[in-house]
Amino acid sequence: MCGIVGLYLKNQALEPQLGKLFEPMLLAMTDRGPDSAGFAIYGDEVQDGWVKLTLQSSAEEYDWKQLMGALEGRLGCSLDWFRNASAAVLKVQTEEAKVREALAELAADVRIMSAGQSIEILKGMGLPADIAERFSLAKMQGSHIIGHTRMATESAVTMEGSHPFSTGADLCLVHNGSLSNHSRLRQLLKRQGITFETENDTEVAAGYLTWRLREGDSLKAALDHSLEDLDGFFTFAIGTRNGFAVIRDPIACKPAILAETDDYVAMASEYQALASLPGIDKARVWEPEPATMYIWERTAA
Amino acid sequence: MNKFDLATDSVRELNQALHDQAKELTEREWHVSNPGGKHNLAVGVNEALSIDIDGHAGYYCAGMNQKATVTVHGNVGVGVAENMMSGVVRVKGSASQAAGATAHGGLLVIEGDAGARCGISMKGVDIVVGGSIGHMSCFMAQAGRLVVCGDAGDALGDSLYETRIYVKGTVKSLGSDCIEKEMRAEHLDELKELLHRAGFNEDPASFKRYGSSRQLYNFKVDNASAY
Repeated sequence: MCGIVGLYLKNQALEPQLGKLFEPMLLAMTDRGPDSAGFAIYGDEVQDGWVKLTLQSSAEEYDWKQLMGALEGRLGCSLDWFRNASAAVLKVQTEEAKVREALAELAADVRIMSAGQSIEILKGMGLPADIAERFSLAKMQGSHIIGHTRMATESAVTMEGSHPFSTGADLCLVHNGSLSNHSRLRQLLKRQGITFETENDTEVAAGYLTWRLREGDSLKAALDHSLEDLDGFFTFAIGTRNGFAVIRDPIACKPAILAETDDYVAMASEYQALASLPGIDKARVWEPEPATMYIWERTAA
Repeated sequence: MNKFDLATDSVRELNQALHDQAKELTEREWHVSNPGGKHNLAVGVNEALSIDIDGHAGYYCAGMNQKATVTVHGNVGVGVAENMMSGVVRVKGSASQAAGATAHGGLLVIEGDAGARCGISMKGVDIVVGGSIGHMSCFMAQAGRLVVCGDAGDALGDSLYETRIYVKGTVKSLGSDCIEKEMRAEHLDELKELLHRAGFNEDPASFKRYGSSRQLYNFKVDNASAY
């Protein structure tokens, strides 16, 4: 199993409460995934010309200050950062590729969880309640968030194996299910220059979307292609800078439920995760159709 | 009336109290509030109780039901009324996948839509759906009746045995060995009675009947590709 959840706010007035509304959703899916948990939150956007990266180290007491100092010297541009438990959020006024290059040289053991203008990905091993507390999820603000609780089936319980997986700038994916053709697909994607850090099948799905988007597909076209090329069971929740999407495989073995009100759109593996949301008793609640895409996007502010 | 509030009481306490009624019947009417999508509500009830669940329920609600009348005032998750033997289960909202799976008897009414594999391997239950049903419904169904007032998804009645299926709307595709059949007077009567029991005001003449062409009962190598 695995549990996936997403909350996309339509009402901006709720944005300060995003983490508080979302935490019980994630915790409700503990039964479906007690191995590890994570979430991708969107908000606190950086200006054009800046890039925001979430970095994570396996060392609890990693010396971020030292790394940031070295990075500032190496890049020679404005830099802003803060620490959140085992992660650090870095905002820097330069191109993403330059930061990646510098980080590879200065701190090869630090993992880049996400990059973009809005996204932050925080994840780790352990019970969802512990992860939420570690990163102070309830205090976080933003416009939308997707999360995952993992019960490992296709690869080991490791920090790398926990979701979400980033699929490109401001894009990420969480997955409930299992892919049956991930080995072959991984070989194909490697030949296309996509790199993988884990043996996880979901990372292959993320890599697949990265590849399609790089080839010029829109998000919708990339997801259409994924229905043709990914074999197995999946319910995906996908975060983008401006919105989020839900899609299930044509057999729809893996559960999903959607709820919509004037204030928000919420998605979960099971209704239990939605029960704590305000106004849920009056929401439109439905089960998404197989092989059908559901996309919500905000128009440019 | 006995009241259970699942904001404070546990599902185990609820089910135990309902099961105890089979030993000594003290209360026929039960009201369950704040179900919150919890799984396994009112499962294995074996007494003619009337149980109202006030909200959405999770997986396997009213599974293995015998004699009881369970009404869910909301949606239900996977496997509602799974393996029901008798009694009535009514869902005021919509149901997820595998509604009424392997059920042997009784009546399951879903006022909204039902997801994929509705009535999979049903063995005698009657299922009446007010809305539409998903793909692979009635897969390997063996006995009973399925009535759909809306549309049916792909592969309806795949590998069907003897279940009779009535659909008012469109059928996206029929599964292996499932064919459209003639509506005779006895079928109109049967459907009229089912719709009446389910409380739907539909004209039986506007439905089409589907059933097994019985080509796959015994293995014949000529049919190998159809299995």
